[in-house]
Amino acid sequence: MESFISVKNVSFSYGKDTVLDNISLEIEKGKFTALLGHNGCGKSTMAKLFNALLLPDKGTISVDGIVPETEDEVYEIRKKVGLVLQNPDNQLVATIVEEDVAFGCENLGVNPREIRERVDKALKAVNMYEYRRHAPHKLSGGQKQRVAIAGIIAMQPECIVLDEPTAMLDPQGRKEVTDTIRFLNREYGITIILITHYMDEAVLADRVIVMDKGSILTQGNPSEVFSQAELLREHSLDIPQSAQLIHMLKKNGIKTDTLPLKPDECIRLLEEMLAGTDFRLC
Amino acid sequence: MNIIEAKHLTYKYGAGTPFEKTAVSDISFSIEKGEFIGIIGHTGSGKSTLMQMLNGLIRPDSGEILLDGENIWKKPKEIRKVRFRVGMVFQYPEYQLFEDTVYSDIAYGAVNKGISGQELDKTVRNAAEFAGLPDNLLEKSPFELSGGEKRRAAIAGIMAMQPEVLVLDEPTAGLDPMGREFLLSKIREYHRKNGNTVILVSHSMEDIAKISDRVIVMNKGRLEMYDTTENVFSQGERLKQTGLKIPEITYIMNMLSDRGYGVKKGILTVEEAVRELLPLLKKF
Repeated sequence: MESFISVKNVSFSYGKDTVLDNISLEIEKGKFTALLGHNGCGKSTMAKLFNALLLPDKGTISVDGIVPETEDEVYEIRKKVGLVLQNPDNQLVATIVEEDVAFGCENLGVNPREIRERVDKALKAVNMYEYRRHAPHKLSGGQKQRVAIAGIIAMQPECIVLDEPTAMLDPQGRKEVTDTIRFLNREYGITIILITHYMDEAVLADRVIVMDKGSILTQGNPSEVFSQAELLREHSLDIPQSAQLIHMLKKNGIKTDTLPLKPDECIRLLEEMLAGTDFRLC
Repeated sequence: MNIIEAKHLTYKYGAGTPFEKTAVSDISFSIEKGEFIGIIGHTGSGKSTLMQMLNGLIRPDSGEILLDGENIWKKPKEIRKVRFRVGMVFQYPEYQLFEDTVYSDIAYGAVNKGISGQELDKTVRNAAEFAGLPDNLLEKSPFELSGGEKRRAAIAGIMAMQPEVLVLDEPTAGLDPMGREFLLSKIREYHRKNGNTVILVSHSMEDIAKISDRVIVMNKGRLEMYDTTENVFSQGERLKQTGLKIPEITYIMNMLSDRGYGVKKGILTVEEAVRELLPLLKKF
């Protein structure tokens, strides 16, 4: 595996509040990583460290081999790592969608002809091209979030960090945003770090990191992480309902070695289990 | 007995301008005293407009709202009274805290309602307890609280007005699973102990499924469904067409039922699903 972001023994505090306590982790290049944990566990601080909006008190972070020590290095990292936040209304600045998407590129000093190309491409990637001349404040939450993501894509980052981008959206909006994230990861190979409270989003990731009180509680692929139901419950964290159902059936004496994480996997497993019975009506 | 009755409510934004948009169109329903009602619907489906009509923040263009049998707009000058009887908790209410101490912030609405003296103290402390705020927080500044505590302090402020109907718009948005669960259990406790009517608007189908007696589904400004929670969530396909989703566990059980296995539709919690599946699997 090739590491894109490497965090080594990092600590960070706001005044007396220690938020991160000697934490180390690796984010793989081109992979989709989900970051889970309670409010206040240090996830959002981690997100800001990833693109050098904050710098660690102790320890080192390197992004694509660059350690943010000089101002040039800080800007180099911010070009590589884009950040999308929770509230779409706080991130849109222009009165027309395409101008908003161009904003970041303009600040980078990209030449106008190239900006035009990048903006069109970015809007098509998030499926918002037909809205390019609309006013951002009249879009739905999911559409606004996709415009915010397009603004980041136009800057051509290698990695996008999304801090609870779906917390304020309805189910349809959430799906639009998660579909977009997966598309960017698969088609453009952009490294994705998704911070979320929704377990059905976490199971889409290649890798899940669970944080608790400024440290890593557990990490691995989704099956490895969600098979530790007891550990997660002790820390009052959720697991997907599919996995929870099978866990509870097992506790009641039903035998299976499979742990489904998504509803369709769960239905398939239950059908196999039920097929052995005579209770099928048709 | 009906606490709220809505008859043919219609409301247009920007009426008479080129930007006219019908937000709510010919909606009628009734809510019984002491019920727990969930409202779901996609963004822009008219949920917020509907809620604001319930306590008279927006006056419908046509139709009427009866509170305890009386039209709330009968005496427009006295509409303020309605707002004490139908308490509204907006989205992200923690941004509306402003007093010096948590105590005075919670007391604000109750004071305006005219509650004073010992009764006020009792009301404030009761509301704080319902919201899960320990006594030692009450003398702090609201800005020293954590995000979850701030949210609960704001909700306590509305509870302290002792409204007959408590309306909450997305009270759990942005909270982590533990915070969600805690707040929901507090709202449920408030509902059980006081027997007040509660209306909860949420994008979280899991929350709505866990807690509501009946569910209103809004779609493009119209009332799409109004039925018991089980019946609403049995209709996964219809909800999907309105841009909504059913809880994961409900989907799994509905699919098994559709494929001919003898399980109920409209299962709302994992525990219920286990009870439903175990007898079938134990035969194995």
